[in-house]
Amino acid sequence: MPILSLEGLVKRYGALLVTDHVSLMLDKGEALGILGPNGAGKTTLFNLIAGTVAASEGRVIFNDRDISAFPARARCHLGISRSFQVPHPFLGMTTFENVLVGAAFGRGLSERQASASALEVLELTGLMRKANALAGTLTLLERKRLELARALATQPTLLLLDEIAGGLTEAECHELIATIKAVRAQGVSIIWIEHVVNALLAVVDRIAVLDFGRKIAEGEPAAIMASPEVTSIYMGLDA
Amino acid sequence: MKPGYTIERATHASRIAGALSLVAIVALIAAPWWAGRANMRLLGEVYAFLALASLWNLLAGFTGLVSVGQQAFVGLGGYALFAAAIFYGVPPLLAVVLSGFVGALIALPLAPILFRLQGAYFAIGTWVAAEVFRLTFAQVSALGGGSGTSLPARIVTDIASTRDAREMIVYWSALALGLGTIAAIYAILRSRAGLALTAIRDSEIASESLGVNIARSKLVLYVVTAALTTMTGALIFLQKLRISPDAAFSVNDWTAYVIFMVVIGGIGTIEGPIVGTLIFFLLRETLSDLGTIYLMLLGAVAILVMLKAPKGLWGLFSSATGITLFPLRRRVVQFDAK
Repeated sequence: MPILSLEGLVKRYGALLVTDHVSLMLDKGEALGILGPNGAGKTTLFNLIAGTVAASEGRVIFNDRDISAFPARARCHLGISRSFQVPHPFLGMTTFENVLVGAAFGRGLSERQASASALEVLELTGLMRKANALAGTLTLLERKRLELARALATQPTLLLLDEIAGGLTEAECHELIATIKAVRAQGVSIIWIEHVVNALLAVVDRIAVLDFGRKIAEGEPAAIMASPEVTSIYMGLDA
Repeated sequence: MKPGYTIERATHASRIAGALSLVAIVALIAAPWWAGRANMRLLGEVYAFLALASLWNLLAGFTGLVSVGQQAFVGLGGYALFAAAIFYGVPPLLAVVLSGFVGALIALPLAPILFRLQGAYFAIGTWVAAEVFRLTFAQVSALGGGSGTSLPARIVTDIASTRDAREMIVYWSALALGLGTIAAIYAILRSRAGLALTAIRDSEIASESLGVNIARSKLVLYVVTAALTTMTGALIFLQKLRISPDAAFSVNDWTAYVIFMVVIGGIGTIEGPIVGTLIFFLLRETLSDLGTIYLMLLGAVAILVMLKAPKGLWGLFSSATGITLFPLRRRVVQFDAK
């Protein structure tokens, strides 16, 4: 049963076609990876799903409901949460407070309940020892982790992860994979944009490839990685 | 709460500051017995500007609503007071309180119109709205039209029969309003709503995607700010006892100086506007005899602070020492698991 289906999504900025009739389906509990070169429209696709920007054409169906016209806030309340590729931490707040915002407003909890839930998320994402640090003092890696933590604090059923593994050491990457697997084990559906292919392959069931705003391939990870579309993009070879 | 953890707010510095400010507040309450008439007047003015600067900062520093039209509500408050007292015989102090509701009622329909404008256009829009208010009140001949009017003597003596008693009452009202405004802002910012406002201050895009209702937060904040600004305006003109459209809706007096205070003190903090207000009055009381040069000095100070300390003097001090007087931050404290 699908949790999300995208039907012919189009995003234009003037004459520029950033998302070109993309259709995608994601089953409940499934994890989908998205690959594609820089500028392929991957982050824009997330913006369209999360409601950060509105689609020019097409529909976003979430749990059998057309949410195309919903603002980001409403989509968050329905269970869609995302991390930003370029972290947008609340710089003047502590790590704990950053996560607290997600728990309090994403789930409509009282501050007391939200605090308890934020602490659990901090533990899960390994940020507890940075709980009282101002987000402005966090390193890039910690900020990426914070993106994940805030997104999780809203208790999503669909989690959109935008390049959170880039720049991690091998050990950190393993930790991250374990965290994401733990989240998935709770039944959360995941779409993950990632250039670190090994991390992606450790988690996802399926991969879609975007190029110039179009979906050019979709299928089993092994088949996709061997496909000429992907080798041409990643190896610079002609298909 | 998660076992083994608790959330704390107060810091060492804030506890000391709390104790010291209690002493200061008692001293200020007792001002009629140690300060002369002129100084009480000055303090009354300081309290009004403490409120105005704190309110402007709440709006601009937290939700990015940079208004250069808050004089609309200051003037509205003044005129609401005069109209209520002259036409309906409402006791002046009650009229000050009621003017808050007038401000909120006017702000409610005004906000959706102004919110259609973004950034600089919003700023200009608020100014235009204030000018519309000024021109409107200049048409009310019963309130003196363009040249304004004074509060009739019978209404003034209504507050208290002797001049000393009257000045004490007005002084305490101003003190209550100034401190009350800061206390209200502190309470708002510490609450769950304050968490949303601080999040909006730091990143609108992230707030929105984490479920924060930005539009509603801005509307509520605009209306609350308008109500308190209107009450402050009413109190300012209760001190002055005379009102005219130009004085009531002066962009210089009620917004430009206020922005100066917030910017040099430090925008986006509670302490900033307080520090800024004190510095402004310190400069004014020592240098205003210099005339034009005083204004040039003010400008130079503003430019210098903006270039060298964009977070204001309080921001500079606070980031160097880590001291906050109004602790908003929530600190996670782990119990010793023994």
